[in-house]
Amino acid sequence: MGGLSFVIQLVSIVGASIFMIMIFRLIIKGRLREEYSIVWILCTLILIVFSIWRKGLEQISLWLGVYYPPSLIFLAAIFAIIVFLVHLSVVNSKLQSQIKTLTHEMAYLKQALQQVELNAKAPTTETVEEVE
Amino acid sequence: MKILIVIPCFNEQAAIAEVVRTIQRTTRQQGFDADVLVVNDCSTDKSIQIIRTLGCLYLDLPVNLGIGGAMHAGYKYAYRHGYDVAVQMDGDGQHPANELSKILTPLLQDKADVVIGSRFITGEGFQSSLTRRLGIKYFRWLNQFLIGQTIHDSTSGFRAFNRKTLAVVERYYPDEYPEPEAIVQFGLYGLRMMEVPVLMQERQGGVSSINSSRAVYYMAKVSLGILFIYLRLRGKGLKAV
Repeated sequence: MGGLSFVIQLVSIVGASIFMIMIFRLIIKGRLREEYSIVWILCTLILIVFSIWRKGLEQISLWLGVYYPPSLIFLAAIFAIIVFLVHLSVVNSKLQSQIKTLTHEMAYLKQALQQVELNAKAPTTETVEEVE
Repeated sequence: MKILIVIPCFNEQAAIAEVVRTIQRTTRQQGFDADVLVVNDCSTDKSIQIIRTLGCLYLDLPVNLGIGGAMHAGYKYAYRHGYDVAVQMDGDGQHPANELSKILTPLLQDKADVVIGSRFITGEGFQSSLTRRLGIKYFRWLNQFLIGQTIHDSTSGFRAFNRKTLAVVERYYPDEYPEPEAIVQFGLYGLRMMEVPVLMQERQGGVSSINSSRAVYYMAKVSLGILFIYLRLRGKGLKAV
């Protein structure tokens, strides 16, 4: 029994650490923005803390009246995931509205450019007519 | 009075040329100082090649934004370029150009800020299918309930705004299926809305953006849109300037 829980403790510490390294690598390569990585780093830190300090989870569960400590982890994890998903939807909506504004501005620029090109052509035809 | 007629165009290669030419001819005959602006919403057919040859103003959106985003581009353009009135007309020929004066007159006489062309007041012309009419009835009830104004044809895309309305629309215009939602927006801004009876035709080409499988989504999306724009703007004492 004691041996098994040591194994699972080791697995979760190693797993969380690898996850943390992955997050860092993504930030360093510029593929993940820091503001989105904060939540992931926090989650990983919590995971590592509780995989080392196993008594802590049990104590907090007892204190909250949860009799099966792992279900507290599930509850917290699901809650965190839902909050983060809402956050992503907000980010997505903001991006969509920014894309819309950019698209409008680009269309206006294209239109203005086309007008400029037309005006640049127009005087030459007028002078030709004058010569005639 | 400078008028801009905005025509949203998504894959309307069959109808767009005829629609633009008819409008240009009609406005010239009736003596309106009107420009035509076609907003090509990233069509995948040959619409843009055709539009380039028509001698009208056009915007070519590099990304497909949907009808709301395309119309928003047109209204913003009208506002920035100092137009007094902007009219929306569909690119598929449903809105006949000879009804333009009916839509414009109340604006030019300053009797309304928003004029909506309605096919249901006199019940003549193309009336749409039964299920669509049911949906439109539901929006009528919703508008009545929320802003206390009766708009018979709240999905009609044949509408004209004056500059006061353009100032509101320039800042925010609903994205997807904007027509019913915009009515609630106008109501809460205290804009004077007026419906005038017009004859509409069946589309001459292209396909409707709303098919039966999308109808459920349409109703849900528009209901939510109406509800949330109401909650967002309600009780703010907004006044269009």
